[in-house]
Amino acid sequence: MHRFANPAQFNRLADAILPWATGAFVLLLGAGLYYAFFDSPPDYQQGESVRVMYIHVPAAWMAMFTYMVMAVASFTALVWRHPLALLAGRAAAPIGAVFTALALITGMLWGKPMWGTYWVWDGRLTSVLVLLFLYLGYMALWQAIDEEEKAGRAASILALVGVVNIPIIKFSVDWWSTLHQPASVMRLDGPTIDGSMLMPLLLMAGAYQAYFAVVFLWRMKLEINRRKLAVARQVSMHAPVGAE
Amino acid sequence: MAEFLSMGGYASFVWTAYGTSAAALVWLAVSSRKQLKETNEAVEAARARRRGDS
Amino acid sequence: MAGLKTRKQQRLVVVSIALTSLIGATLLILFALGGESLSLFLQPSDVQKRNVAVGQNFRLGGLVETGSFSRLDDGLTFRFTVTDCLANQPVEFTGILPDLFREGQGVVTEGALNESGVFMASTVLAKHDENYRPPGTMPKEEGQCSHPDDQAAAASYAEG
Repeated sequence: MHRFANPAQFNRLADAILPWATGAFVLLLGAGLYYAFFDSPPDYQQGESVRVMYIHVPAAWMAMFTYMVMAVASFTALVWRHPLALLAGRAAAPIGAVFTALALITGMLWGKPMWGTYWVWDGRLTSVLVLLFLYLGYMALWQAIDEEEKAGRAASILALVGVVNIPIIKFSVDWWSTLHQPASVMRLDGPTIDGSMLMPLLLMAGAYQAYFAVVFLWRMKLEINRRKLAVARQVSMHAPVGAE
Repeated sequence: MAEFLSMGGYASFVWTAYGTSAAALVWLAVSSRKQLKETNEAVEAARARRRGDS
Repeated sequence: MAGLKTRKQQRLVVVSIALTSLIGATLLILFALGGESLSLFLQPSDVQKRNVAVGQNFRLGGLVETGSFSRLDDGLTFRFTVTDCLANQPVEFTGILPDLFREGQGVVTEGALNESGVFMASTVLAKHDENYRPPGTMPKEEGQCSHPDDQAAAASYAEG
């Protein structure tokens, strides 16, 4: 019964948070898109193309944030064997993969007109591509190994090994010469981005964060259901006499 | 309006970026939601079956 | 229960040590040893320092020196100087320049040096800096060597 107590509690908590997260998402997205298109100037160098930033940068931030969620969940799963931790990693991975893919795609669509190329193998772009492969590898390991416990351990170890990529992504633009420019917001000497453009960026980042909260909670509930169904299947296989 | 849509000549890049992002995020949300509903029903069905069994 | 607790603690210690040493080792290798080879381009002072052979392909990056840009009579060939504030490298390029190409802004070019020491570029990519501002406002003097990248590069060059 202990295995089910926590998930039931989690489901209640999720149901309490979900309406607020959904509301926050709608409000932040509305305000963010309004500012992004109607109340922010074109850039002094990049013109109107700068509006891609308002979806590119939040996607990239969330790609890294989601990875840290997955890594913390994997760490918890490996050390404390908390039943919800593995499910949290599984729930986060596809969301992170989508964020990473979007950061790459929007970056390419921004790079072509500004830099003059869709892609270059510099430290930043390459390390973000590696991040996408880490997400895909994590999901593939779950698929490839039948035994749930082994699959969870293998996937969690991969997720933890991949954590090293996060500081590489962050500092690639400082350590090596890259085509990608250095950080504009999260830097020691303060943002180098004008307030009129920082506003829509932060609103959109908030919207992406709220989107993550909503979809992550849905996927957590989904993973809990899956787990319940798997356990029920096992119970009915091993003890067909209706034992609980 | 036409000027707004042209995005200073970068229309194809800006709108493709926004379109792709919207499509991917909507797809992920909808498919997550759909799978959640399906498993909700399956869990309910399993529970009902168990109640029926005992 | 006490046994379980210590096993959990053991796992915590093992996983933590494995993780920190792995991350530490990887970052140390990448940061301390991989700096040059993992960089996308050489700056003009690197080119001087290394005596790059004529005809050898590499990427050259830096700022387009203000006042150095000119278009040849054929209308398609451009000449400009790439600088990192320590050294200058003349560049010649035939083709279409990216929208963001400007004097005082960064570029990354690919090509090779010819006999007279001019870098014959086959591609020119524009590198933009970390400033985002409305039109008409300038973050700092354009074309001055105040780019953080270049200051860092200049500092490390002076040291080593």
